[in-house]
Amino acid sequence: MKTLFVTTALCATLPMTALAAEKPETLKIGMTTFLTGPASVFGVPAQEAAKIIVENINAEGGINGVPLEVSFIDEGAGAEALTSEYRRLVESEGVEVMFASISSGNCQTLAPLAEDLQVPNFMWDCGTQKIFEEQDYEYVFRTQANATPEMLAAVIYLLKTKPDFKTIAVVNQDYAWGRDSWNIFSTALKAMKPDVEVVGEFFPKFGAPDFSTEISRLQALRPDVILSTSWGGDLDTFVQQASQRGLTNSSTFVLPLAESSFERLGASLPAGHIVGARGDHYFLHPERREDADFKAFMEEYESRTGQVSVYPVFHTSQAFAALQAAYSKAIEENGVDWPSEEQLLAAMEGLEFQGLGRPVKIREDHQGVEDQMMGTTVQNGDYPFATMENIMIFDGDDITTPVGEESIEWVSGLDASFIDTVAVDSFEN
Amino acid sequence: MNLTIFLLALFDGIAYAALVFIVALGLTLIFGVMRILNVAHGSLYAIGAYATVALTGFFLSLGLAPALSFPLMLVAAILVGILLGGPIEWLLLRRIYDKPEVLQLLVTFAVFMILEDVQRLVWGTQPYFEARALQALGNVTVFGVTYTVYQLILLPAVALVLLLGLRFFLRRTILGKLITATTEDREAAQSIGIDADKVFLLTFIVGAALGGLGGALASPTTSILPGMGADMIVLSFAVVATAGLGQIEGAALTALMIGLGRSFAVYVWPEVAVLVPYLIMVLVLLVRPEGLFGSPAARKI
Repeated sequence: MKTLFVTTALCATLPMTALAAEKPETLKIGMTTFLTGPASVFGVPAQEAAKIIVENINAEGGINGVPLEVSFIDEGAGAEALTSEYRRLVESEGVEVMFASISSGNCQTLAPLAEDLQVPNFMWDCGTQKIFEEQDYEYVFRTQANATPEMLAAVIYLLKTKPDFKTIAVVNQDYAWGRDSWNIFSTALKAMKPDVEVVGEFFPKFGAPDFSTEISRLQALRPDVILSTSWGGDLDTFVQQASQRGLTNSSTFVLPLAESSFERLGASLPAGHIVGARGDHYFLHPERREDADFKAFMEEYESRTGQVSVYPVFHTSQAFAALQAAYSKAIEENGVDWPSEEQLLAAMEGLEFQGLGRPVKIREDHQGVEDQMMGTTVQNGDYPFATMENIMIFDGDDITTPVGEESIEWVSGLDASFIDTVAVDSFEN
Repeated sequence: MNLTIFLLALFDGIAYAALVFIVALGLTLIFGVMRILNVAHGSLYAIGAYATVALTGFFLSLGLAPALSFPLMLVAAILVGILLGGPIEWLLLRRIYDKPEVLQLLVTFAVFMILEDVQRLVWGTQPYFEARALQALGNVTVFGVTYTVYQLILLPAVALVLLLGLRFFLRRTILGKLITATTEDREAAQSIGIDADKVFLLTFIVGAALGGLGGALASPTTSILPGMGADMIVLSFAVVATAGLGQIEGAALTALMIGLGRSFAVYVWPEVAVLVPYLIMVLVLLVRPEGLFGSPAARKI
């Protein structure tokens, strides 16, 4: 009788556990990033940023008193090693939330895996728009924009600043990002400026050490505008070689990922070219650079790494800001000490958070809506490398593909009047 | 394709081919003499580039003239040859000459992987760029297209000098003749008193130095980052295999063929440009498996 009573009492308390989870000793986060390979120019700054952010969060008591612990997986080790490490962290190490990844290919592999393992997964850097357009996910969220608003911002800035150009050529890396980004850019451009002429399309291999022939060809073709969504060593080489041979004098370059190469390029990136930063990411952000938290972080990052912050740093800050905001919201809304997984996922819906840039929000298809910054380069002597002027920040709501629509279809249906419907804030520098 | 475009493609092809030839030269020399395919050659190329950037950066920061970069390239190449090539041959390769070729390939591949990680340890993963040597030489404009004097004139000139120099060395100097003799028939050479060990060591050092020189010469033109060695070894191997392993003049011709093929592809059909070197290799090897200039080797039993 007594055992029956005790058992019944115990069973009656079991439903309580669904309302709240036990507060863990540490909140374990796993982050995939490139520590080796060409993309380590993004991955290593992101890792440094993550370490600083985690230290700062823990110094303030962690999330509701629980300190954070982050472990890193190297995407450069290959997809097989990545998936097995990912699985191991979730299943054996008790990681609660995963941040993955930089490579779009890895995101596409890991999103279904996260659903399978039932672990919340923040896509903190990868650009492919296809993941949420092709499928719905319960556990996967993106704390940044994707390729579509990034490319649209570039097209709109180009049409606003150089409305009368006639010819354009592209030099992109020959892999998914290079091809997809050109697809979106050219579809948008032709929709908004039907008389534009594409005079050359070059896709040198990823990691190409030499663009001499492409540059000769471009000098013979003389396009008004040259687009390149390359990054890292490829972009550095291309801009350096183009600058050496005077191509940067005869054509205007549109380089949506150039912000991450500013410091390395130094004086080789001349003034007058259009650059982007995959979001409103810039160490001299016109709205944020006077804020105390922004300044403190920039100083900390520079003193630790000897370099200025680049966009992966901002993306990392957004992922952690989303994490903090989600836990705070779940704890508050449910009146618990620590949320269960269902409560956390519910808190992610419609979440608003702010990293080092402007606030970002997560909409119903789990895609993040992030404002996009574009600018024109200037060499004004303040720094030994190019900085931005004539900055425009475009409202993310207006340039992100509407929920349920496919990017290329939506973009091809736009026309020149779209440019005026996009809310924009302009700054001199 | 009018005459202007044709000539422009020709210039680009020659500039590209010059660099590829300089790197392939070391590889084919080592194979020709020692019958070892040195996969680590790609790493020697990369380390030559890194060393040049490091040396040039240091000396130019002291305020010396950019023209100093050129002798520094030679210094970097010689350092690579002696400090890396020497120990690799002496400590590792010497012990595996009699072993099956597969083992030799695996050993040099292992050295390649080790050196790739060494590059990352020493110089990190950020791209480097040191172009002051190239900028010092200025530009030249041909048919409305501006080329750098470095790529259009200097690199082909250096390639030509190396080709002729190596030919002269191998045919007209005593040391060259010793190397040729050892290549022909190692046992016969040893039986008349030639120290084959010393010959092999010297050849490997020269070959490694040539690989390092290729990297040194390439360094002002491109970003130096981990992985550049891997790309270069694949391309050099394509050149060397197409020419016939051990054929120096053949390598020059094949490098030219591949360089021109690639640059014409960029002008006419850019999508194919990445494939061209390997298409050429496949087509040649299908028809002549020993390479364009190679001769079927009789195996000694």
